[in-house]
Amino acid sequence: MTASLTLVIVAAVLFGTGITVMLERSLTRVLIGFLLVGNGVNLFMFTMAGTPGLAPILGEGVDADAISDPLPQAFVLTAIVINLGITAFMLALIYRSWWLAQLGERGDLIVDEDEMAEDAEETADLYRSSQEDDRAVQAVLEASDEDGGRG
Amino acid sequence: MTNALVPLMVLLPLLGAAVALMLGRRQRAQMAVSTLVLAAVAAIAAVLLAQVDASGSGIAVAVGAWPPPFGIVLVVDRLSAIMIIISALMLLGVLVYAVGQGIADQHRETPVSIFHPTYLILSAGVFNAFIAGDLFNLYVGFEILLSASYVLLTLGGTGERIRAGVTYIIVSLVSSLFFLSAIALVYGATGTANIAQLSVRLAELPQDIQLILHLLLLIAFGIKAAVFPLSFWLPDSYPTAPAPVTAVFAGLLTKVGVYAIIRTETVIFPESDLSTLFLVIGGLTLAVGILGALTQADIKRLLSFTLVSHIGYMIFGIGLASIAGLAATIYYVIHHISVQTTLFLTTGLIERFGGSTSITRLGGLRRASPMLAVLFFVPAMNLGGIPPFSGFLGKVGLFVAGADAAGGTPATETLGTSSPGPDWLIWTVVAIGAATSLVTLYALARFWNLAFWRPKAELEGYRSRIIDSVQEAPAGATVVATRTTPVLMLAATASLVALTIALTVFAGPLFELSGRAAENLRDASVYVSIVFPGGVS
Repeated sequence: MTASLTLVIVAAVLFGTGITVMLERSLTRVLIGFLLVGNGVNLFMFTMAGTPGLAPILGEGVDADAISDPLPQAFVLTAIVINLGITAFMLALIYRSWWLAQLGERGDLIVDEDEMAEDAEETADLYRSSQEDDRAVQAVLEASDEDGGRG
Repeated sequence: MTNALVPLMVLLPLLGAAVALMLGRRQRAQMAVSTLVLAAVAAIAAVLLAQVDASGSGIAVAVGAWPPPFGIVLVVDRLSAIMIIISALMLLGVLVYAVGQGIADQHRETPVSIFHPTYLILSAGVFNAFIAGDLFNLYVGFEILLSASYVLLTLGGTGERIRAGVTYIIVSLVSSLFFLSAIALVYGATGTANIAQLSVRLAELPQDIQLILHLLLLIAFGIKAAVFPLSFWLPDSYPTAPAPVTAVFAGLLTKVGVYAIIRTETVIFPESDLSTLFLVIGGLTLAVGILGALTQADIKRLLSFTLVSHIGYMIFGIGLASIAGLAATIYYVIHHISVQTTLFLTTGLIERFGGSTSITRLGGLRRASPMLAVLFFVPAMNLGGIPPFSGFLGKVGLFVAGADAAGGTPATETLGTSSPGPDWLIWTVVAIGAATSLVTLYALARFWNLAFWRPKAELEGYRSRIIDSVQEAPAGATVVATRTTPVLMLAATASLVALTIALTVFAGPLFELSGRAAENLRDASVYVSIVFPGGVS
């Protein structure tokens, strides 16, 4: 079995950097570290397929020895999906932990008045700008109609 | 016909989770779905156990009719079936308890609508891990149960739970990375992830490569099983979760790790000989865990430490590398799953009733609730190893197996070609085990004396060296005591206590069953012949 040396080196670098970042105290860095190492493991597993070959579809006239090993690819796909889900959960957890650290348990009860005011302003802006857009579009259309009439 | 039942044990909980999620706003329907699903799985496992026990081998199902080693294969032998039955019963009991608690409190902190789906997904992961015949499928089973456990542990997202959850999640992620790297290496070395095929192919590798792969897998499983150097995370993360969640985690999740270690030792690496390592680790886990338990004022933390400590018994049993040792380990796993779960449920009742879980703030519980006293006393004595309970029987079984292995009696049947560790080491660990049992009893009796026997009136200004020497849980919050305990919670706890007593009453047949399960593990070829009846290449 021969594997690509580049992939092995990239995996090693991902492992190294990932573990270093993971050792930091900040949760976000731990997550980034986990992602790096996770991808390192995935690449590592991918290299275990050995020499790359044809697409692994056994049809007529395809030599079974000439195709890539599909199993590690299936493993890696599964692992990627699992990592995605866990990353989403970790992000929610980090946000929650940041929220608790900033505001404490009472943070849940605060009604964000500023944000409500901002929201109202934004809505108003949006409404105004969309009306302006409508008017501009209308003007262009009318102008083109006049052009068409002339031409 | 029965072959079709095997995948159902994973499919039913997953489908149930989907249905329960859709029924999010209708709690009663959700409860009905989850209860039915878990009861169905328990029934299926019982049918399968009867079948594999009668046939003496096992059932292998190739998912999607892809023949092994190419497809995913699910394997049920006696050990898997036993583990699934006891897990399903525990999950069912705890579910009833949780439902009782949810109805009573209408909790703000635990959003019930996601509890049931997550709980069912956790069950699916546990069952999948028990029947996985493929290393990668085992990994997927672990990930399913872990992802669900992350959600359950941080339910409600209070500061304390997030803090505990972060430790737990990061440790679990690291262990998953270990496991995945181990799978990659194993696949690279052998070109397969099928456990039965690995058992043949790994033996052909050079010894040193085998050892590295073996240890990598053991580290991954050891973190999950919480054996000594890898157990630091457990007492910090489990106690903060809601009582039913802690009960399930304590009872089941560590045992999934132990199960994986048993499979590793008996099927994947039957030739590789790590008995001495297992004995040392088992002894250290026993000693360090129980010494930690002694200094805890909080009963939840105390129980978490005894949980770590008693994992040492199972590791010791595996380290004996004999049929008798494995049989006793399997019986001990059954005993420990049920007793530990029950004790954590009782602790939930104590917290509810007394408003705290710390011995410094509890008193007069026996007078206040004799029912609660019985529900705590029986499993506590059981865990402490008082005869005639199953805890005593399991420990005696382990010690006798240890004495046999150390004495080199001709009756000792070893597993495969492995040999037990040095005699003096076995005797030492047996001694540590006996001492651990006594100290467990001491720690629990101390809690009993202070929380149940001490009159409530003495609580003010009570001074004793015990109180001075124990540590409170960090951020140990008191909860509001409620005098009303829902019937459903009491009934669930009582039936689990009854189950632990049944393990004692039917200890004879159960011990024989674990003996037969261990007999199946005597030789990796039994497992291999289940998956590849016609031999393996």
